[in-house]
Amino acid sequence: MKAILALSDGTIFEGEHFGASGETSGEVVFNTSMTGYQEVLTDPSYKSQIVTMTYPLIGNYGCNEIDIESAKPQVEGFVVREYSSRHSNWRSSGSLDGYFKEHGVIGIQDIDTRALTRRLRVHGVMNGVLSTEDLLPESLVAKAQAWPGLIGADLAGRVTCSDSYSWSDPGTALGEQPEVIPEPRFRVIAMDFGVKYNILRQLTRHGCEVQVVSAHTSAYDILAANPDGIFLSNGPGDPEPVDYAVETIRQLVGKKPIFGICLGHQLLGLAFGGKSFKLKFGHRGANQPVKRLDTGQVEITSQNHGFCVDIESLPKSVEVTHINLNDQTLEGIRHTKYPIFSVQYHPEASPGPHDASYLFEKFTDLMKGA
Amino acid sequence: MPKRTDINRILIIGSGPIIIGQACEFDYSGTQACKALKEEGYEVVLVNSNPATIMTDPEVADRTYVEPITPEVVAQIIAMERPHALLPTLGGQTGLNVSVALAQSGVLDQHGVELIGAKLDAIQKAEDRELFKKAMQEIGLSVPTSGIAHSLEDANALISMIGFPAIIRPAFTLGGTGGGIAYNIEEFEKMVGVGLALSPISEVLVEESVIGWKEFELEVMRDGADNVVIICSIENVDPMGVHTGDSITVAPAQTLTDKEYQYMRDSAIKIIREIGVDTGGSNIQFAVHPDNGRQVVIEMNPRVSRSSALASKATGFPIAKIAAKLAVGYTLDEIPNDITRQTPASFEPTIDYVVVKIPRWAFEKFRGTDETLTIQMKSVGEAMSIGRTFKEALQKGLRSLETGWHGLDNHELEELPLSELDQKFTVPNVERIFYIKQALRQRMSIDQIHGYTKIDPFFLYNIKQIVDFEAELEEKFGGWTSSEPPTESTRKLVYKAKQFGFSDRQLASICDASESDIRRWRKSAGIVVTFKTVDTCAAEFEAETPYYYSTYSSEDEVRPTSKRKVMILGGGPNRIGQGIEFDYCCVHAAMALKDDGYETIMVNSNPETVSTDYDTSDRLYFEPLTLEDVLNIVDREQPEGVIVQFGGQTPLNLALGLQEAGVPIIGTSPNDIARSEDRKLFKEVLDQSGLAQPPNGIATSIEEAAPIAESIGYPVIVRPSYVLGGRAMQIVYNEELLMGYMRSAVAASPEHPILIDKYLEDAIEVDVDAISDGNITVIGGIMEHIEEAGIHSGDSDCVLPPYTLAEDQIDQLKEYTYALAKTLNLCGLMNVQYAIRNDQIFVLEVNPRASRTIPFVSKAIGVPLAKLAARVMAGKTLKELGFTAEIEPEYFSVKAPVFPFNRFPGADSRLGPEMKSTGEVMGIDMNLSQAFAKAQDACGDKLPLEGTAFISVRNKDKRAILFIARKLWDMGFKLIATHGTAKVLRRNGMDVTLVHSIGKGRPTIYDYIKNHAVALIINTPTGDSHHSNERLIRKMAIEHNIPLFSTIAGASGAVNGIDALRRGEISVSPLQSYYDEHEI
Repeated sequence: MKAILALSDGTIFEGEHFGASGETSGEVVFNTSMTGYQEVLTDPSYKSQIVTMTYPLIGNYGCNEIDIESAKPQVEGFVVREYSSRHSNWRSSGSLDGYFKEHGVIGIQDIDTRALTRRLRVHGVMNGVLSTEDLLPESLVAKAQAWPGLIGADLAGRVTCSDSYSWSDPGTALGEQPEVIPEPRFRVIAMDFGVKYNILRQLTRHGCEVQVVSAHTSAYDILAANPDGIFLSNGPGDPEPVDYAVETIRQLVGKKPIFGICLGHQLLGLAFGGKSFKLKFGHRGANQPVKRLDTGQVEITSQNHGFCVDIESLPKSVEVTHINLNDQTLEGIRHTKYPIFSVQYHPEASPGPHDASYLFEKFTDLMKGA
Repeated sequence: MPKRTDINRILIIGSGPIIIGQACEFDYSGTQACKALKEEGYEVVLVNSNPATIMTDPEVADRTYVEPITPEVVAQIIAMERPHALLPTLGGQTGLNVSVALAQSGVLDQHGVELIGAKLDAIQKAEDRELFKKAMQEIGLSVPTSGIAHSLEDANALISMIGFPAIIRPAFTLGGTGGGIAYNIEEFEKMVGVGLALSPISEVLVEESVIGWKEFELEVMRDGADNVVIICSIENVDPMGVHTGDSITVAPAQTLTDKEYQYMRDSAIKIIREIGVDTGGSNIQFAVHPDNGRQVVIEMNPRVSRSSALASKATGFPIAKIAAKLAVGYTLDEIPNDITRQTPASFEPTIDYVVVKIPRWAFEKFRGTDETLTIQMKSVGEAMSIGRTFKEALQKGLRSLETGWHGLDNHELEELPLSELDQKFTVPNVERIFYIKQALRQRMSIDQIHGYTKIDPFFLYNIKQIVDFEAELEEKFGGWTSSEPPTESTRKLVYKAKQFGFSDRQLASICDASESDIRRWRKSAGIVVTFKTVDTCAAEFEAETPYYYSTYSSEDEVRPTSKRKVMILGGGPNRIGQGIEFDYCCVHAAMALKDDGYETIMVNSNPETVSTDYDTSDRLYFEPLTLEDVLNIVDREQPEGVIVQFGGQTPLNLALGLQEAGVPIIGTSPNDIARSEDRKLFKEVLDQSGLAQPPNGIATSIEEAAPIAESIGYPVIVRPSYVLGGRAMQIVYNEELLMGYMRSAVAASPEHPILIDKYLEDAIEVDVDAISDGNITVIGGIMEHIEEAGIHSGDSDCVLPPYTLAEDQIDQLKEYTYALAKTLNLCGLMNVQYAIRNDQIFVLEVNPRASRTIPFVSKAIGVPLAKLAARVMAGKTLKELGFTAEIEPEYFSVKAPVFPFNRFPGADSRLGPEMKSTGEVMGIDMNLSQAFAKAQDACGDKLPLEGTAFISVRNKDKRAILFIARKLWDMGFKLIATHGTAKVLRRNGMDVTLVHSIGKGRPTIYDYIKNHAVALIINTPTGDSHHSNERLIRKMAIEHNIPLFSTIAGASGAVNGIDALRRGEISVSPLQSYYDEHEI
C-alpha cells in the first residue's frame, strides 16, 4: 500500500507502507545508529516524533521481547529505506511489521532517507505527517503545518507513569560468564519523565532498589520516603514546560545525591538557573564523541535529544564535566558543593556503546559517601 | 597529547612483493603513513623491495631502500640510518615478522630503536596462539577449544579431545598458508605434517571447528590516552570455514541486534587493551553460533590489515593515516576528521549504505589444484561496491569483478537438477552464489539452502528477492522492444530493477535488446542514476571530501565544478597480470594532472588501492568499471578528457564503447590501440614500419591448425585470439600436443580463431617501455630478460640496462621503437616486446598503453614516466617537460617475479607464455651480480652460500654449464648431477655424485630434496619429453623452498650472485642516492 510522508516545508516523500495503516503527525527526526531500531522505537523520549533511521536496511533481525525500552513503541511513525520482510536472528520472536501492526505504528519504506536526513540537517527538524489514508500532498502539507510542534509542549507529563511502581529486574546480559547481581544496597527514587527500562536495569545491576514515581510527585513526598539517592530520568521534548518538575528538583538540591540523564539533566540545569535551547537537528545516534574533562578521555555515547542546556547560562556553583566534541555543546555537569551530577547523553546505552556505564557506579559511590 | 619530540627519524617496513594475502592494501597503508609522518615533520626511512608501490616513490619517504625485507638487510639499514623508532604495524605480516625478528635478536636495543604502535610483547601476545588464548580466557572471553602441537604425537593427543572436523592452523604463516579443515584422521595427519613444515617455529594449532558459524570482524583503533573506537563492523556472507579474504563480506554487520553488537564491541575493546596494542588499528575476528548466539574470539591482527583497508574505503575513515599519527603521540580527539573537517577523529563512523566486497580468484591459471574455498586464502584480488541496499551492492560488486558477470545474471553454468545442485554449494567454491541462484530459481527453499550452506537466511532472502524480481522482469519486460514509448508501469518496473542493482546489460539480455537501446530508453524515461556521498557520518555533518557512489534515488549530491577536468579509469580488482603496477600509473596520472591545475576524477572499484584513497584525486567515484557505470559518471561530470591507457586491460576494453558514445579519450586513440591488438591490422603496422614478427598463422578450425603449424615449423605458441594476458597460451612441440590443445583447451571457430606463432627457441627477449608526445619518442628503458623468450614477460627476471646486448642491437631496438610509435600515432606510453635470435630482431607484441613494467623502469631511471605521460596526454610536449633524452643508468636494476604456487598444490608450476606470478621485486646495485642476488633474496629465494648443488641440463646447455659448475665447485659447493651432466662435469675435472633420473634407480633428486640435502637446483628443460620429471622437481623445489634455475642465464646470474654474497660485498643504499645526477 502506498504511503506518504509530508513535511511542513512542502516536501513530499512517497513510499510503501508497512506495519499499521492510518495517519500520524510528529516532529521528523533522524537517528544514525546502525543497530538497535527496536530500542529506538520503544524509547519514550521519541514521543511525538516520526523517526527515520539513516541506516538503510531495517528489520533484518526482527523483534524480540527483551530489547524494549518501554512497554510499547513510542514513535509516532517510522521511516526507512528498505524494510526486510524476512528477519534472521536467534533472539527474534517476530517481525517488525507484526510488532507495528500489534501496536498501531505506521512504517513507511522505499524512502530516500538520506535525502530526508540532509533536508533536516540543512533546514533543521520540522513537523510532518505520515499517512496511508490521505494521499493528497497539499492536504498533508497543510496538516503538517498545522501540527503544533514540540516547543512548549509538556510531553514528559504525558509519558510519565500514573502510579508509582518498584523495579527489580536487572535484565539479562549476553556472554557465558555467570553474572553476579549485587543485593540491593541503595534505595533510589526515580522521577519518571519517560524513563528507559535499561536505566532501571542498570540501577538494579548496581545494587539499587528502585522506586519509580510520577513526574508530578512533590519534593516533600520524595524526601518523606528518605531514599539514598534520587534519579532524574530521560524523557521527550522541551524541558521548559516541565516547570513543575524543575521546581521539585530545586527543592531536592542539597538534600540527597542526585543523578540525571538527558531530560533529567536538562531539568536539573534549569533548576540550577540555566537556560535551554533547541538544537537545529538534535543529536540522535550511537557514535557521539563526548570528552570527559577530568581525565581527558573520550567516550563514544548514545544520544537522543533535541534540546540542550546552554553552558554560558550555568551558575558558578555548577561545573562542566563533559562536552560534545562534535559541536562543543554541554554533555555533563556536577554541582561543586552537593553530590549532584547529570549527563545529557545515555550511559545506559541501549542502543549504543557502553563506554559511559561507569556513571552508575559514580552514583552509587555518591550514595555510599552521603 | 601533543606529538612526540623525542623521536625524529622513523623507520617503516613495507610488505614487499604482492602475494596472495598481501597485496596493494599495504602500499595504501604505508603510503598514508609515510605522508602523515612527513606532514608532522618526521624524517621517514622506508624499506620495501616492491618497485610498483607508491610508497617507494622517491618523494614519499626521505630515504627509500628498495632492498630485500629480511632481518639481515633491515639490520644493516638500521645500522646506517640509526632511526629512533620503528613503526612495525603498517607493512602487513612481512613487516611485522621482520620487526619481531629484529626486536628478538637485539638489533633494535643495540641501536636504541623504539618499537612504536605495538611493542614486542603485544605483538607476540596477539600472534602466538597459546598466549592469545590465555589472554582471552583471562578477560573472560570464549575461544574455540584448541591446543598447540609441535609434533604429530602432540596433535594426535589433541584430536582425541577436540574431535572432527578440526581446524589446523600453522603458526606465523601468512594468510594461513598450510592451514586446513580435517574431517578424518588421514587428512588430519597429512595437514599437521604440512603445517609443521611450513611454520617457521614448527607449531600448529589444532582447534574445535566453528565451521558454519556466522563470521564477523571489527576494526578497532586505540590511542595513547586509551581511547578506543570501532571503525567498522564486517559480516561475512560465507560463514566460518572460508577465509575472510575468500568470503563475500558486507559492511556493516547486518544480522546482529544491538545487544549482540555491543557485546562484541565490548569484547573488542577489552581485547585491544589486554593485548596491549598501544596505538593504531587492529582487526579482530569473531564467530557467532547462529542458534544460541555464543560468541567466540577467533583471532586478532595487531596491525593494519586487508580488512582495515576495506574498512577505510567502506567508511571514509583513513585508518592507516590516523594510526601513524597516533603512533607519534596524538590522541584521536586531536586529529580532525578529514571528511567533515569540523568534527574530530574520535568518533565511530556510521554509514548509510551497504558495502559488499567480493573476491576474485585465478584458478584458471592453476588447473589441477583444489578449487574449493577453505581457511587458506586463494583469491588474488577483490572488488568493493557500495549501494543503498544489499541487493544493489551485491549486483554492482559482481559486475565489478570483470569476470563476465553483469550482476547476479544467468551465468554460463550448466543447469543442474536440484538433486545435484546441493553438492555445488555445500562445498564452498567460486561460483557458489550462482548455484544458489539456480536452486532458488528451481524453488528450493531458503531454509534448505541455509541447511546446506549455513549462509544466513537474511542474505539468502535478499538473493531470492533478486531472483524473484528477475523472473518478474522476464515476464513483464521480456517482450520489450526499443521502439516502445515509456509507460508508467514499465518505468516503475525498470526503476525498481535499477534499485535492485540490475545493470543495463542484464536488462538487455532479458528482453533481447542492446545495452545502448536500454540506456537510451531509460534516460528518456527519466531513470537516471544519482550519486551519494561517503561521509563517515550518515549525513549528520556536511562532507568536504567528494567521495561518491551511485544509486537510484530522489537526490543527487554531486555538484560538478566548471574547472578543467580529467577523468582517470582505474584497473578494477587485482588479478594475475593486472595489479598494483596499473594502480601506480593511475595514481601518478592523478598527481601530475592535479599539479597542472586540472581537477582529477578517479573511478575504480578496488578497495586495496592508493587510487581509491579519497585524497589521491579531487573526486573519487567508487564504482564498477563497466561502460554503463563509467558513462553515468561522464554524463554527470563532463570531463574534457578521459584516460584509459593507465588502468591495464580493464579501461582499454571500454575505450571503443566510450569513444562511440562521444566521450573524449585523451592520449593514443582507441583506434590505434585496437590496431595493435588486432592480428591483421598489426601485421600492417609492422609492414608499414618495416619490422618482422615470428612466422605465424591463424586457424579457424581444428583441421586448419596442423598444416599451419607444419609450415611454420614446431615448436609453436598457440593461443585463442580473444583472450588477453597470455590466458590459455601454450608452447606445443608436435602435432599430437597441438591436436590435444585444439581439442581440449579451446573451441576454434571463425569468430574465435586460434593464433599460431613460431616459438623462437633460445631467443633473448627484450621489453622496451617508451613515451611519446606524438612528435618525439623517448625510450624509458630497455629490459633484457634473463629467461629466454617464451616465458611470459611478467614471469621473467629482467635487467635494466641490457647486460649482454651489443650497442648496435640496442640502437636497432630504439629505432624500431621510434618507428612503431610513429606508425601508431602514439601519445603516451607504449611497451614493445622483442625477441632477438641470431642477430635478428622480431617484434612479439606492442601495447600502446602503460605496461606492468612502468613503475620498475621509473624507479630504475629515476623518472616518473606515468606522470610525464599523463601530462603529455593532456597536451604538454616532452620538450616542455624536459624529458627528451634516454637515461642509461650506470647501475643495474633487476626485476624478479614472485609466484603463488605454494597456495596451489597440484597445479603445474612450469613457466610458460601464460603469466602466473602475483608480484615482483627489484634489486638495485652498482654491480649486476649483487643486484641479482638482492632480487633473489627479496623474492624469498635466498641464494645459498654453501651446500649441495644439483645440476641436470639438456645437451645443448652442457657446454655452457661447465663454467657455472666450475664456479660453484670452486666456491666449495658439492655437486650432484644426473647421468649425462655428471659425465660432462667429471670429464672436466669436477667431483660429482651421480643422482639417478627419476624412475631409473635410487637415490634420485627426489630423495635428496626430501632429506633437505640440496641447496640449489639448476635444471634446464629438455623440450617436451622430460617435462614430467622437470615438473616434479620444480614442484618439490617450491614445496621445500629451494632456489631453482631453469635457464643457463638464470643459473649464471645466481652463481655470480652467490659469489658476490660470499665476498660479503652486498651493501644497501637509498634509492635517492642513485638519482643524484639527473633530476626531473
